[in-house]
Amino acid sequence: MEMKVETRKNVQVQDVSPSGMKIIWQEIKRDKLAMGSLITLAAILIFVYGASFFMDAKEIAKVDFLSIYLEPSSDYWLGTDYGGRDVFGQLIVGTRNSFTISLFITLFTAIIGLTLGLLAGYFGGATDNVIMRVIDFVIALPQLMFIVVVVTIVPVFNVYVFILIMTMFLWTGKARLIRSKALSERELDYIHASQTLGTPHWKIILFQLLPNVSSLIIVNFILNLAGNIGLESSLTFLGFGLPESSPSLGTLISYARNPDVLENKWWIWVPASLMILVLMLSINFVGQALKRAADARQRRG
Amino acid sequence: MWKFILRRLVVMIPQLFLLSIIVFMMAKAMPGDALSGQELNPNSNPAELDRIREELGLNDPWYQQYGRWAANAVQGDFGISYTHKTPVMDVIEDRLWNTVFLAFVTLIFTYMLAIPLGILSGRYNDTWVDKTVTGYSYLGFGTPIFIFALIMLFIFGFALDWLPSGGSVDSKVDEGTFAYVVSKINHLILPALSTALIATTSTIQYLRNEIIDNKIKDFVRTARSKGVPESNVYSRHILRNSFLPIAAFLGYEITGLIGGSVIIETIFSYPGLGQLFLSSVNLRDFSVVTAIVMMTGFATLLGTLLSDIILSAVDPRIRIE
Repeated sequence: MEMKVETRKNVQVQDVSPSGMKIIWQEIKRDKLAMGSLITLAAILIFVYGASFFMDAKEIAKVDFLSIYLEPSSDYWLGTDYGGRDVFGQLIVGTRNSFTISLFITLFTAIIGLTLGLLAGYFGGATDNVIMRVIDFVIALPQLMFIVVVVTIVPVFNVYVFILIMTMFLWTGKARLIRSKALSERELDYIHASQTLGTPHWKIILFQLLPNVSSLIIVNFILNLAGNIGLESSLTFLGFGLPESSPSLGTLISYARNPDVLENKWWIWVPASLMILVLMLSINFVGQALKRAADARQRRG
Repeated sequence: MWKFILRRLVVMIPQLFLLSIIVFMMAKAMPGDALSGQELNPNSNPAELDRIREELGLNDPWYQQYGRWAANAVQGDFGISYTHKTPVMDVIEDRLWNTVFLAFVTLIFTYMLAIPLGILSGRYNDTWVDKTVTGYSYLGFGTPIFIFALIMLFIFGFALDWLPSGGSVDSKVDEGTFAYVVSKINHLILPALSTALIATTSTIQYLRNEIIDNKIKDFVRTARSKGVPESNVYSRHILRNSFLPIAAFLGYEITGLIGGSVIIETIFSYPGLGQLFLSSVNLRDFSVVTAIVMMTGFATLLGTLLSDIILSAVDPRIRIE
């Protein structure tokens, strides 16, 4: 559902001026909320990735039945879970895992979406038709259910397979977006001129078309990253995402499916929920600022 | 118009065919087969089981099996549920109505919230009203539904204890009484409201942008210069044009609700299709899983079809393509 909202919104992004990066940076500097979000995000990521270097992942995953469901204290900053494991440590590892995995999913969907979108948009005709029919079909599937079923029936399941499965279902929105942009772009004079001069198609696509859709890609990448963090943690929450041995933020929140934990043991699920909210919102705010920067009509400055 | 609908229907046939093949392949990849669903003598020897398998045609080539499966599925026969020991359709039926009911109420909540807010925010754009509404819709856009639903459940279901925290109806009340209806509605409010508060986001943004775009169009200026009162400019001229795309997204909205039912029904332990789906996956009751995936897949295809048809009715430019 989230995917769809993003694509619908992004369709409005038009007219990108060539000096994109500079304008983007100016727009972020001008927007206090986006700037604050960027700083928060950077701080969280540096802390989480830095701290996980010094932490012993095995130590965190070790079950200790003498310290089950402890409340937050100076020993355990955020208490312990049903296995006596430190919630704070799990929060750090979970944030790292959630972010890394979402980043990879976004990256892979971007590569597939970009390739197919550019091909469909640039060549049009039969190529476009075939690719679009596939996209129409995949986009209409109830994705969450399909992901759950595929996760259940794959013979080997680990983090890499999970990333692959997610990629399989999530590339379509991006491809459609880039295709529509490429479709309008190829009618412009600079492409026609290059074609007349005999520049090979791959050169036109890589060196002329790609730079002109780049800001659209960046904006979409960032908004998708936020969406994927939500989707990954939703799936893990339901029990069909990352295995418990590599905890994600969704793992911590999934303990709240037990009503007792939800009602009485807030320290297990509230910090992880807040972390997801902060991550997703700050990534989104940065993305929205970039989107304004990419659209001259909405620019603030 | 009719030509477009017909062409759109023709496109849907291969989609439906492809969907059914994929679902069938998934079903084949799942452990267990039709025999797992029946009460068999646990002492039957493997040779006997093989003979029955042969009789049921489970050793036939896949396309023959697919043909039989599809023919049965069209008639609503998805086999026997392994855990419930009854035909799959009987298990699904009650749950289906619960989900449809929940989706319907959610849809009403969503539009009741989104339409006034979108109109306010578009009409008075760049005022504090607009900024508040836009802020809310950004928050909604960035909040995953499962976290929001958990927070709602925690606050209203447990901490304040205003609303029931799970189920679809109180077990103590009798069916058909007034108390039964009240209890049913009480159980709906929390899941429906949690979904609706998040789902409004896209509708609000769309309505707002449409209104702002339409405000400066020539037909609005003409209306104003004719002396049409401001309230009529909005109700007769701007809104009528701005609502069109919103109406068209109805189908996608339904599609999203069906997909989202898995999460929301699990959190509120609401006995609908989504919850049945997850529990069946966990119990490895794959005949039920297959049936649900096939049905929701079909429903989402229909939802997309509905939206496309409304869109083309509203905007003739789409038909030309």
